[in-house]
Amino acid sequence: MIEFTDVVKCYEQGNRALNGVSMRIDDGEFCFLVGPSGSGKSTIIKLITGELKPTSGSVHVNSFFLERIRKREIPMLRRTVGVVFQDFRLIPNMTVYDNVAFAMRVIGARESEIRERVPYVLELVGLENKASRHPGEMSGGEQQRLAIARALVNNPSTIIADEPTGNLDPARSFEIMSLLQEINNLGTTVLVVTHEKNLVELFAKRVIAIDEGYVVSDGREGYYGNEN
Amino acid sequence: MKINNIGYLLKEGVRGIFLHGFMSFAAVCVTVACLIIVGSFSILAYNLDVMVNDLNQTSEILVYIDSDLSDAEARSIGTKINALSNVLQATFISREEALESFVKDHNGDSAFNGVQASDLRHRYEVTLEDNTLMDQTDAQLQQIPGVAKTNAAYELAQGFTTIQQVLHIVSIAMIAVLLVISLLIISNTVKLAMYDRRDEIFIMKMVGATNGFIRLPFIVEGFTLGMIGAVLAFGLEWVAYDALVQKISHVDALKLFTFVPFENLLVPMLIVFGAAGLFVGIVGSWTSIRKFMDV
Ligand SMILES: Nc1ncnc2c1ncn2[C@@H]1O[C@H](COP(=O)(O)OP(=O)(O)O)[C@@H](O)[C@H]1O
Ligand SMILES: [Mg+2]
Repeated sequence: MIEFTDVVKCYEQGNRALNGVSMRIDDGEFCFLVGPSGSGKSTIIKLITGELKPTSGSVHVNSFFLERIRKREIPMLRRTVGVVFQDFRLIPNMTVYDNVAFAMRVIGARESEIRERVPYVLELVGLENKASRHPGEMSGGEQQRLAIARALVNNPSTIIADEPTGNLDPARSFEIMSLLQEINNLGTTVLVVTHEKNLVELFAKRVIAIDEGYVVSDGREGYYGNEN
Repeated sequence: MKINNIGYLLKEGVRGIFLHGFMSFAAVCVTVACLIIVGSFSILAYNLDVMVNDLNQTSEILVYIDSDLSDAEARSIGTKINALSNVLQATFISREEALESFVKDHNGDSAFNGVQASDLRHRYEVTLEDNTLMDQTDAQLQQIPGVAKTNAAYELAQGFTTIQQVLHIVSIAMIAVLLVISLLIISNTVKLAMYDRRDEIFIMKMVGATNGFIRLPFIVEGFTLGMIGAVLAFGLEWVAYDALVQKISHVDALKLFTFVPFENLLVPMLIVFGAAGLFVGIVGSWTSIRKFMDV
């Protein structure tokens, strides 16, 4: 569960990125977060992952309260939230298998668990035949599926993706969105930041729209739907 | 921390070295270069110190024995002189020996023709362990019954002592400066290596790795690279020093200089190089990783 209550975020230089955001995303929901560039979407993501602290207000993520979380609890929070980035953030000199296994190894998982879990998530994202490839040998769509596999491998209750299709062509974007929907169907809460109007309309999910640090609309009919 | 985690952390540290071969190579090269420069300077300073010390050892106190004493009594005073803690060696020189060398020194000078052994005194040539304490030892020598007078080479000793003190200060200062410069260069190299891997560290942070888990492989890696650098530098230093000493010992003009064989320096050099490599590796990776951990 993600719950924002009157969240204000000011950057050091005095930029007000969020001006009192309140919203609630329940367990198992699929939700798009839309808005023009610079409206505060990435700031919301970074508040959820604990990269940033709210200036005021409350951010509640999976039983953690981010406004008063202790530094040593942040790793525990992050194990409940898988993150996917626009630029994939893969490790180029590791194989596909190791890129995913790495995420388990660094939190101290047993090698036997890793050998069981990694093939399972690679199959889930359709990369079971590319385990020994390197990211550089794969298309953008495949790289993003690998990044999703890595986000999933520690079995988080929530996946958040910041413009995951920003670097992909429309067909690949559709594949990625479908994959995220499939993951949501398996019970994971999914929050996707995107610019892709067509996809948002096609998938007809809940849409939260942000502009200049305010929530300007929130509902199933969608932000872009309102414009038409 | 579980056993299988320790295995992972060690493996990860060693894997990192190969995965980032070029940066590892650069870090080792820089470490080797810095250690050799610091090491060579230290050895040079040490050799100079030994040489000056040897020269200083030649400055001595002449102890003249009361001429009323018998030969046997004069000789027995040697035990009392040797009993003083700062005395390195006391050599007895009888009247007769003294006359012999006196005649030799003034060969053919008719003015000294009449000098007899009985005109001279028995004496001891006393060398000291620590020439800075020459005046105290001199006073103690004068207290010994049967000693008529002493003649201490204060000025010579003080000259050498001053040279030695200046040498100490200069070499400690130089070694300190070289060490600081080396640490700066090495820590910058490590920072560069870490910069190369900021994505890796960021991903570890984002999947919920604890700081200890992120840091340890880097520390293992830094430790390993530091030790490799130390061993290489030690080996190169040894080979180069031996070759140099060999060369110099064959040049007549340089016969004056005696060098301490590297074998005598083995243990201290090993300790110093090892400690420096360890320190550089661990502190270098610890401090430079901090910057990237703050996510
Ligand atoms: N690190 C930062 N320091 C200062 N201002 C920032 C920083 N990151 C973002 N901002 C500002 O905060 C606002 C929201 O940014 P962001 O959340 O990245 O928007 P979006 O992801 O919707 O494009 C923008 O005005 C941006 O300039
Ligand atoms: Mg953004």
